[in-house]
Parts: sequence; structure tokens; C-alpha cells
Amino acid sequence: MVEKIPKKDRMKVPRQVMPEQKPEDRRKNFQEVPYGLTEEQALIEASRCLECKNIPCVAGCPVEVDIPGFIDLILHRDYAAAARKIKETNSLPAVCGRVCPQEEQCEVVCVLAKKHQPVAIGYLERFVADYEREHKLTRLPEIAPPTGRRVAVVGSGPAGLTVAGDLIKLGHEVTVFEALHKPGGVLVYGIPEFRLPKKIVQAECDFLAEMGVKFKNSTVIGKMDTVDELFEQGYDAIFIGTGAGLPNFMGIPGENLIGIYSANEYLTRSNLMRAFDPDDYDTPIIHGRNVAVLGGGNTAMDSVRTALRLGAENAYIVYRRSEKEMPARIEEIHHAQQEGVQFHMLTAPIKFNGDDQGRVVSMECIKMELGEPDASGRRRPVPIEGSNYTMVVDLVVVAIGNSSNPLVQKTTPGLETNRWGNIVADPETMQTSRKGVYAGGDIVTGGATVILAAGAGKKAARAMHKFLMEEVKK
Amino acid sequence: MPKVLDNFQISPLVWKMRVETPALVAKAKAGQFVILRVNEHGERVPMSIAGLDKKKGLLTIIYQVVGKTSALMTTVPGGGELSDCVGPLGVPSHVEKWGTACLVGGGIGIAPIYPIAQAYKEAGNKVITIIGARSKDLLFYEEEHRAVADELHVCTDDGSYGHHGFVSDVLKKLLDAGSKIGMIMAIGPVPMMKVVTNLTRSYQVPTWVSLNPLMIDGTGMCGGCRVSIGGETRFACVDGPDFDGHKVDFDLLSKRLGAYRDHERKAMKHFLAEPGCKLADAVRDFKYPDEK
Repeated sequence: MVEKIPKKDRMKVPRQVMPEQKPEDRRKNFQEVPYGLTEEQALIEASRCLECKNIPCVAGCPVEVDIPGFIDLILHRDYAAAARKIKETNSLPAVCGRVCPQEEQCEVVCVLAKKHQPVAIGYLERFVADYEREHKLTRLPEIAPPTGRRVAVVGSGPAGLTVAGDLIKLGHEVTVFEALHKPGGVLVYGIPEFRLPKKIVQAECDFLAEMGVKFKNSTVIGKMDTVDELFEQGYDAIFIGTGAGLPNFMGIPGENLIGIYSANEYLTRSNLMRAFDPDDYDTPIIHGRNVAVLGGGNTAMDSVRTALRLGAENAYIVYRRSEKEMPARIEEIHHAQQEGVQFHMLTAPIKFNGDDQGRVVSMECIKMELGEPDASGRRRPVPIEGSNYTMVVDLVVVAIGNSSNPLVQKTTPGLETNRWGNIVADPETMQTSRKGVYAGGDIVTGGATVILAAGAGKKAARAMHKFLMEEVKK
Repeated sequence: MPKVLDNFQISPLVWKMRVETPALVAKAKAGQFVILRVNEHGERVPMSIAGLDKKKGLLTIIYQVVGKTSALMTTVPGGGELSDCVGPLGVPSHVEKWGTACLVGGGIGIAPIYPIAQAYKEAGNKVITIIGARSKDLLFYEEEHRAVADELHVCTDDGSYGHHGFVSDVLKKLLDAGSKIGMIMAIGPVPMMKVVTNLTRSYQVPTWVSLNPLMIDGTGMCGGCRVSIGGETRFACVDGPDFDGHKVDFDLLSKRLGAYRDHERKAMKHFLAEPGCKLADAVRDFKYPDEK
């Protein structure tokens, strides 16, 4: 055990800074940007925790990780036990340690955050999860005796993986259906290698498979089998976590020119199909010299930083509101700025121009100013008449969000959806209008975060377990 | 991993592959497609369904060698495996009893109209089928079509077999002769579908086409397959692949199909130059049309 520092001195210890690749280096490669804390740093960081009685950090976590508990195990230098402590409530610590917005969840409510800087909970989570995996200390958790109940999970993103992990531990038989050829959903096709290495996602899925979860890849529910057919095949409960499916476009002239991608397509080519590595992989991707990414969320940041790494000379974020309204994590915006991304705020494209081969060559934009707040509470951008100008671009990535994919909803009679086509689910149990059918993640909420999807998976698993044990007779 | 039952050459650059995918075949209908990968490092390529043997669980794919991935496909032996094959994708072709229905297949499009012809026939239609290719050696599936169609017309652009001329010429003759055709389905290269739909527009016969844009996931997620139908953007993977041919912007489709032309050519050259790769002579000597 590391000797504890008196509480009043803990505040004097500065928050540890995670070492990372230098911007000028990393903008040319796809390796992960932050290296992770060293063991020494992790111990110092863990020693900063004030061990508050009322545990505000746990309340701030969508999956209620026992944060003081795992930090204490770090101080005992039992990192694998710390990782297992997290896994009691969160199946994906190596993923969440990297992509969770801790600054608005567990860390924002940390008591230290009031006068100093919060404990770097995310860094510590990542440290113990990586330590456990890299030192091959992963151990299968205790699995309850078989219940004889069968569960189908549709979609293998963060929501589906969480449901699978929780229910397999409770002794249920779990099969995960994935439309793509690899499990992981957005963790595999959406989030780039430099933010979340794919071998980590694979390791998390392998771990679930070791626990007994069956993965059926290349299986599109709604096309292959329907929800009702899954019930006929003997599944007792079904979880739908099909994610935010259909990319939105702007609906402006020239949008179908070559060189205008949805962020989903651009990122899928680079991440899932590994087009960034053309020596080894066959899927092509357009390498733009002047690349504009439209939007201000994390997906936009992922896209623009991918463009830099694929050799863009100029990579722009074009966003119709101001920097303050950008939904992306501050950390991601900083990373993009450090790497040389140019931000064109209060700017909206109104038209794309192409050459005779149908390739985009420029984009006409208009400047905006902020007016009265709109339904989202953010000030509505209003075009400034006569402020039009033209940007030279040879690649545009549209990252303005997704609509719901209707494949499952259309083929499941009686499944209630809202006016945006999202599945309606009880906020506590995630139960849908169909008995035995639960749903969570972006297909319910619209585009959100990995951890909110995992949190929904957690709630669904709890309710599904109750349903399976109380209402399914075997 | 889906097992390949057999995979053989049926014309100089066209191969027929049968894949054992019973669960997929049980669900699949005429007009749908699948997406497959040959190996772990390969592209996801959409392939029209060219035949379904429901009893044996066999999927037939007929493909033309146009680049690296299709060339690679020719190297998978009978008894070998594909990396993966997902489907059925897309909306099945609309089938009803129109009386007389006409199917027009040009080039590689001769393949996907075959299961659609079977479906039209089963629905009680009189089926007129027109198939055409550049020359006799590029024709295939004549016997299969003859077995289904009530009336089969075969043509070649160079006159080396059957009618001398394009499929659209034969179709025009039929329409001029007053054939009461209630429905036309045309599948083939983009210029052929464009010519056919331009022709039938003036005769006011409903004409459907099956579009083959580039795609990745095939479930609506990437939007790479967007096409313009009556001025509105649609995703061919989930809204199609069949569309009202009179509303399709074929020029846009044609341009978008060429998005990676330079890359494809480079990849193919590189692939053909790889030593130790066992390829059929026709593939080994592959040239793009403008290189000949």
C-alpha cells in the first residue's frame, strides 16, 4: 500500500498530465495520441482522491462505477483488482477510459474540482484496464449457473455489449447479432484508431466471447430474421441497440458530388475498412488536400483529424454556430487545434460546385451571426446577407448527425417509435411497447455518447433479468 | 465462413460462383443483393443475386472481372471460403401480375434478371426476355433464360450471334409492333439502362431499373450509395436497388461509379504484377477497354 498523504496536502498535489504524442508527429500517423499514465503517475494521481463520504463522482457516472473503491485498489498497487472492480458495473473500462466525457460526468462533480483540478478518473480507469490487459491478468468473472433463458442482442455497439456482458454473468444464454463483419459497432467503424485502438475493442469482445457470449456477425436483423422470428426461434427476450443509422445531409445543391462523404462513410472507410493503410487493405478513400468537415461534434473532430492524417494540407471545421456551442468534447477540440485544424466558426455552406467529372472543387459559404435561443437553448444562427464567399475544397465530410435506421422498426409490428423514428423505451427499464423487447443507445435517444449507451444497456440488462426470471417460465 | 461450392468461368471475363448460405438463401428474394468480402483485407462488394436454390441453400453470384476484388474472387476454388457474405439486402423486386412483362438484360445484367424472370413467371405473367452482349463469346445464361421466358430475344452489338444490334433496338421493335407490355425491368450497364428508359418513356410503359452504386455497409449507415430519383436523394441499399427508371439521374450514377477509377486501376495493375498468383489467362491479360 502506498502511504496516504494527509487530506489537506492532497490538494497540493497537481493533477497528472498524460503524456502524449507531439502534435507535429501525431498528425502524420494513426497511432493513439495519449500514451496513458505511467505507474508512478497513476499512484500519484490516485493519492489525490479525498475519499469523500458522499461519493459525488459515483453519482455522476451513468453506470455507477465504484470510483473511490477502484482508486483505493490502485493505492494498494493491485491494478488488476481495480480493473475488476470497475468491471463489476462497466463492461468496457478500456473503452470508457478513453472516450467518456469525464469532464461533464464523474470529474465535474469531484470535490477537488471546486478549487483545484479534479482527480483524473478517466486516466486512472484507462490505466488499470490497460494494465490488466497488457499483463494478461484478465480473469473471467464468476458466472451464475445457467438459467435456461435465451437473450438476443441486436447490434454490438456499446449498448449491446453492455447488455451481453451483464446478462451472461447472470447465467443467461446470450447471442449478439451484428450487421457488419466485425463486432463493436461505432467503436469499430466510427471512432478512429488514434482515439481508440481497434485491438482494444477486439479484446473487450473476445473477453465477452470467453464468458460465453455468441457473436453472429454479418447478420442484419430485419433482413435476415425479424424480431418476431427470433422469438419463434426460442429467444425469451430481445435487446435492440442498432445505433444512429442514417446519416443526415444538408439538402443543398451539389451534395452528391464525388468527394462529399457522410462522416459515417468517411470514418467507416478509414476505421473499419482500414483505408488509411493502403499497403495492406483494399478499400479506397479520397485523400483531400483541402478538406472541409461540416459540424461541431466529436464525429466532426474525428473526421477532420483523420483528414489531416491522410495528408490534408488544409483541414477545416466549418460550423454554423460559435466555438462555445460546439458539442464536441473540449479535449477533442484542443487536440484538433494543436494538430493544426483551422476553425471556421459561424459559417454555413450553401452550395457545392463540381468539375466536369462530378468532383467537388469548391464550396460556397455564408457567414452567420447568433440570434435568439432556439429549442435546444443555444442561440440560433442567422445568415448575414451578402457575406457569401467561396472556399476551395476537394473533400467535404458532412458530420451533422444521424437519423434512426428503420430496419428493425419497420419489420417489428407493435414497436412504438417517436416522430423521429426512434424507438420509444421506458427511461428506467428500457422496455419498449413490445413485451420482452428492450432498446437502448442511439436508436432510442438519437446521437449521444458511448457511456450513455452503456448506461442504457445497464438499465435494460437489469430489467431484462427481472423479466426473464419472473415472467419467463422454464 | 461461407463455403464456395464452385466457381467457374462462363465467358471470357465472367465467372459464376455458388455459395452455401442456407439461412441467407431461405430469406432472399429476386432483386435483392448481398455484400461479400473475399478476405480479411478485402473490400466489401455488393453483388446482385443471380440465382437462389432454396432446397440446397445455394446462392448464385455472377460477376465480371473489372478490378482487383473481382479478379481475386476468381481465385477462390470450389470448396474454398469467402471471408463473409451478408444479406439479403435491399428491397425485393416488386412482383405482380401485369399480363405481359418484359425483362431486358445487358452484359452482366443478364444474370440478375434471371431470378426476377422466374418470379414474374411464377406470378402468372407472360415473360418476354431480351438479353444482349457486345459479342457472342460474352453471352451467357441463354439456356437458363430460354427455360423461363415465353419469348426470348438474343442480340449482339457486333452481330456475331442473334439479332444484330442493341437490346433497346429489339425492345423498340416489340413496342412498335404493339406488344401489350405492362411492365419492363432493365438491368445492365448505366448507358444501356439510360437508353432503355429514354425509349420507354415515350411509349409510357412503366420501366424499373436496378442500380448498382458503390456501397460499404449496405444497411443505410454510410450513405455512399446515394442516387438521385426524381430530384430527391435516395440510398440504393435500403430504398432500392430497384427504382422507377424514368426518374433516375443516370449521369450522376455514372459519375459516382467512377469515384475511385484511378485507384482501382492502380490496384489492379499492382495485383496482376504480383508473382505467384494463379490467375486464369483472361484475367492475367486483363485490359481496360480504353487500353486495347
